[in-house]
Formats: sequence, structure tokens, C-alpha cells
Amino acid sequence: MAGASKAVVDSRANLPFVYRQYSPEQLRQVLHTMYLIRRFEEGAEECYMRGLIHGTMHLSIGQEASAMGICMPLAEDDQITSTHRGHGHCIAKGAEVSRMFAEFFGKTTGYCKGRGGSMHIADVAKGNLGANGIVAGGIPIAVGAALSSKMMKTGKVVVSFFGDGANNEGAFHEALNMAAIWKLPVIFVCENNGYGMSTSTARSTAVKNIAERAAAYSMPGVIVNGNIFSEVAEASFKAVERARAGEGPTLIESKTYRHRGHSKSDRNRYRTKEEIEDWMANRDPITLFETELRDFGFIDDRGIQAIRDAVAKEIADGIEFAKASPAPEIATLGNYVYTEQA
Amino acid sequence: MDAAVRELSYAQAIQEAMAIAMDMDDRVFLMGEDIGVYGGAFQVTGDLVERYGTDRVIDTPISELGGAGVAVGAAVTGMRPIFEFQFSDFATLGMEQIVNQAAKMRFMLGGEVSVPVVMRFPAGSGTGAAAQHSQSLEAWLGHVPGLKVIQPATPHDAKGMLLAAVADPDPVMIFEHKLLYKMKGHVPEGHYTVPIGKAEVRREGRDLTIVATSVMVHKALDAASALEGEGIDIEVVDLRTIRPIDRQTIIDSVKKTSRLLCVYEAVKTLGIGAEVSALVAESEAFDYLDAPIVRLGGAETPIPYNPDLEKATVPQVPDIIAAARDLVKGVR
Repeated sequence: MAGASKAVVDSRANLPFVYRQYSPEQLRQVLHTMYLIRRFEEGAEECYMRGLIHGTMHLSIGQEASAMGICMPLAEDDQITSTHRGHGHCIAKGAEVSRMFAEFFGKTTGYCKGRGGSMHIADVAKGNLGANGIVAGGIPIAVGAALSSKMMKTGKVVVSFFGDGANNEGAFHEALNMAAIWKLPVIFVCENNGYGMSTSTARSTAVKNIAERAAAYSMPGVIVNGNIFSEVAEASFKAVERARAGEGPTLIESKTYRHRGHSKSDRNRYRTKEEIEDWMANRDPITLFETELRDFGFIDDRGIQAIRDAVAKEIADGIEFAKASPAPEIATLGNYVYTEQA
Repeated sequence: MDAAVRELSYAQAIQEAMAIAMDMDDRVFLMGEDIGVYGGAFQVTGDLVERYGTDRVIDTPISELGGAGVAVGAAVTGMRPIFEFQFSDFATLGMEQIVNQAAKMRFMLGGEVSVPVVMRFPAGSGTGAAAQHSQSLEAWLGHVPGLKVIQPATPHDAKGMLLAAVADPDPVMIFEHKLLYKMKGHVPEGHYTVPIGKAEVRREGRDLTIVATSVMVHKALDAASALEGEGIDIEVVDLRTIRPIDRQTIIDSVKKTSRLLCVYEAVKTLGIGAEVSALVAESEAFDYLDAPIVRLGGAETPIPYNPDLEKATVPQVPDIIAAARDLVKGVR
């Protein structure tokens, strides 16, 4: 790898944004994290099928480049709010998969001590203020976090992830308006995967592109191919710079696709097999990024295999950690309702 | 004026509390609709914007849901917002953020965050504002674990409980009856707190306990005075906090008087009176009861505009006198 990267560095000027901005080691780490997200969700799905995880979950398989690209330019103490489809955001912001599995297994070692599960997964220490079970619920909270940043002069940037469904909630519009009038350091990231549960954006949304909504709030509206890591990361990088400079919010529409259904109850009656197969075969974000990395000489087949093996071990270890972790005592049911209780 | 007997209105007491909170802690700030130069719909924030500036007394757009969410987000990330709903009725617009986010965030995240937000709700009827500006929705929020819900009845408590709310690490919802804003009373200077979760016996008596909330405390006290001449000795408990409720003060009072009358302005059914009645019925005080428990609450109707109809919607002093007299004389 070391030999290859010198040639790469010399010729980087013509490469897409991320290859100019980040080191080969950082980019290989990105591939690692994207695989970690994919395998985490596959592992969670398998554990669900085997009855080890109960409830439901919303998988973001197919959207890994979006989560990773947006989080790439963020600092550790920058903050995000996430959605019911939030596993990828959590991992991209730096969470450990072992503690995420533990949460899904309802264990005390989970990020939420077994109280939140998939839909409320969070990692406050890494700046993830939480996934959210309410569509658009996290958007005003992100604006509030950005208001804190401005008032406390911490320099933090806040990203609010949400889906296309959220763009028709009142909270979205109220939050974008306030962020704009107060010029807050927040980035609104609409991961448009084409469907709010079963209803397509064509049927639910009056504008063709959700980024067009930005015009109503006098902020830049940027459309990116959410399956191309470099495109997403470049848009995020610019939005972070703008936010950090005090110039206000940006709306990024990251067009992507979820390979799996909305949740575990999805019978897949609103989209065709051909459509799903087309996205999986031709526009898989991990395949696209991996191919690019290899074509540009940033990684070889052995390097890719090493990443896959390392991720597989991390996932297996994470599941074992979760299985071996203790369940909460029933007597602790009332904990965390009020601060003085626990 | 002698500091010991200094009087302020209820609205002035709240304003003073907010000023003290902002003086003591840079993290405290105010948000709400028209709370800046306008001074708030009920002039509670008044001229605070002149003293603290627009960075700490923030006029929001008319966006109750978004505004409540911004307050929640600021609270989770280190600030201490006090968010004013212009009318408590508009809580309905912000309910998602109050019920799903503010109340549950600490729990859902396994104790990793606290949500030290204060929300203020001008509530109640009696101002001719009709059905959408006169409701008493405190029991809605009182039903939600994770929230604290208070109803100060005096200027003294309005100040002390607001300062307790600002210091509290959890979300505190303050329901302020609009008819109380101009009421004057003794308010000590400087910082003090009145604990959340503690009821107050406003008047001691032997024959009957009236548990009342907010403006009904004063009506109950008037009724108690009126019945003195008839030899009826009434104890009035000002509940002050509906979540967490002060069970012991209620139980102790009923054990002493053996009779219970609950008086509250919100719609009678499924309200705070049901909760107070049930907790007494479930307690050792049940064996002390000499008469059925009686509730006086709001009529099963929206608040009407016509002033006579409006008065008829909520318990008035003569209603309390009649109910108390009947209870003590064994008519009921």
C-alpha cells in the first residue's frame, strides 16, 4: 500500500474531492466504517430473525455513503440528531457496535442501558443526541443544540438527519425557518430514499427535489447522489465550513435508497423487485466506493479482504458481548425518569 | 416600603424570578412569542428585553412545536431555557416535543442526558377569550412521567417555584392562571425557592378538607371564610404540584377532617380531582372518611364566550360553599 500511495498523492489533483481532502489511511477507514454499518445491520437483522432481538428495526442498508459522507467532516464534539433509521449515523459518528448490539439486546451495557433499543440509539459522548421515533422530532432539537453552540460560543456544528417523509412535517418547516432567521450552525440532511414508509415522494411531496424547500428559508439547498461517498462528503464539508463561519444553515438532499423494507412489517407492495435489484446491483454505495478506491490505487484486494475480515470479527465480538451482558434488574424500572431518581 | 411586607403582583413575581435566574446563571434565557418589546401577551416578561437584550430574551416566530423543540435541544446541550407558550391552549401545538421528547429523552437514553427546560403556560378561563384561549390542560401533562407539573397559586409561590424549576434538572411545566397575574401578595426580595412536589395547607380546619389548585385555592379560602359564621371549620390544601403529587399532605389532612372536597377548574372528568380522590380512597385515610368524596370541576363543555355562561362553566365561590356545607351537614 505504501508504494501505491505515493503515486496516488502525485496525481490527486484530478480526483474527486475526498481523495484530495483526506489521507489514504482515512479513506480506507471510511470503507471500514461503511462495511461496519452494513454488517452491523445484517447482524442485527439476523439476530432479529433468530429471536435474539425483539421489537422492530429500520435498516439503512444501501444508505451507508450518506451517513458516512455527512459525518466525515464533523469533529468529535460536533453533534447530530438522528432518525428511526439511525444505525448508520450512530456508527458513522463513532459509536462502538458492541454497545449498540447490547442496546438492541436490551442489556445494561447498551448505550441506553436497554431503555431505548434500535429506535432511540444514541451515543451522547460522541455527539449523537439520539435517534428518534417521531418523524421530524429531532429537527427542532438540532436547532436548539445549534442555538446552544451559538450562545455558548463552543463552535460546535450540529447535523440533523431526517428522511424524505419528514419534509412534510410542520416541525421541519418551523425548524428550518428558525435556523435561518438566527443564522445557526446547523446542517439539515434529508436522506431521500424515495419512500416515506410506502408512499413515494412523487405522491407525497409537492416539489420535485426536497432541496428546493431551502429557497423558502433563504438557505442553500444542495442535491447530492447519496450513494457516492465523495459527493456527500464534499457537500457536507462545505456546509460545515459555512456553519462554522457563522453563515448559517444548509439543506442537503442526499438521494439514496434503502435495500430493505421500511421496517420488519414491510410486505414490499409499493416497489418492484426490479427496482430494488437495480439499486443493489448498480448503485450499491459500498461497491461504488470500494471500486473507486481500488481504481485509484488506494487499496488492493488484500486490503479489502483485510477490512472485511476485521469487520466480521468486530461484529461477531459485538454480538457475543451483547449476549454475555447482564439484563437490567426489574427493580430499576423507574430509573432515569427523573434525574434525582438515577 | 418595608422589605418584609413588600407586595408584588403574580406577574411581577414571575418576572423578578426570571431576572434573578438570568443574573445568577448565564445559561438561563427566555424564549417565546412576543416576549421581547411587546412584553408578552400578559406582560409577564415586560421590559426584561431592555435589561437582558434580544440574545437572552428571544422572540420566536409563531412556531410552538418548533419553539418547544428548540428549547428542548438547547436544554439538552447545556443551556437553561425558559419557554413561554402565549396561551396554555397552544400546548396542543407543541405537545409532540413536550410529551415525546422533553419528557422521555433522559429515560430513552438511559440517563445520559437531562432536559432542564422550563415551560410556562398562561392558563384558565375568566377573561372572555372563549374556547381556544381559556382551557386548563395541566392534567394532560400531569399524565406524563418525566415531566413535573406545577400550579403556583400565589405571587410568593410563583417566584419561588419558578426559581426551583430553573434549578431543576428535569422539564418543569408551570401553569399560571391568567386571573392570578394581577393578584398582589407578599414576595420576599432576592433568591429563594419553594419546593416542587410539596402541597401547602393554606388554612387549617377540622370539618372538611378542600384540595384545590391554582385560582381555586382563593375561591376555596373565600368559601371557608364565608362558612366560618355557620360554625364550619374548613382546611384548605393548595396542591401546588400535580406531578409529583404530595400524597402525604392530602392523606394527613383527610385523616384529620374525615371529609374531602376537590376543587379545580379543568374539566371534571378524568382530572386532578379523580387522582386526589383515588389516592385518598387507596390510602389509610379511607377508613377515616365520614362522607363520600366530592369533586367540583369544570363543566363537560368547552369554555363559552358569554360571560355568564363562562362563569357557569367553572366552580365559583357559591358552588364551593354549597358543596362544603352539604358535605359537612351530611346532606351528601
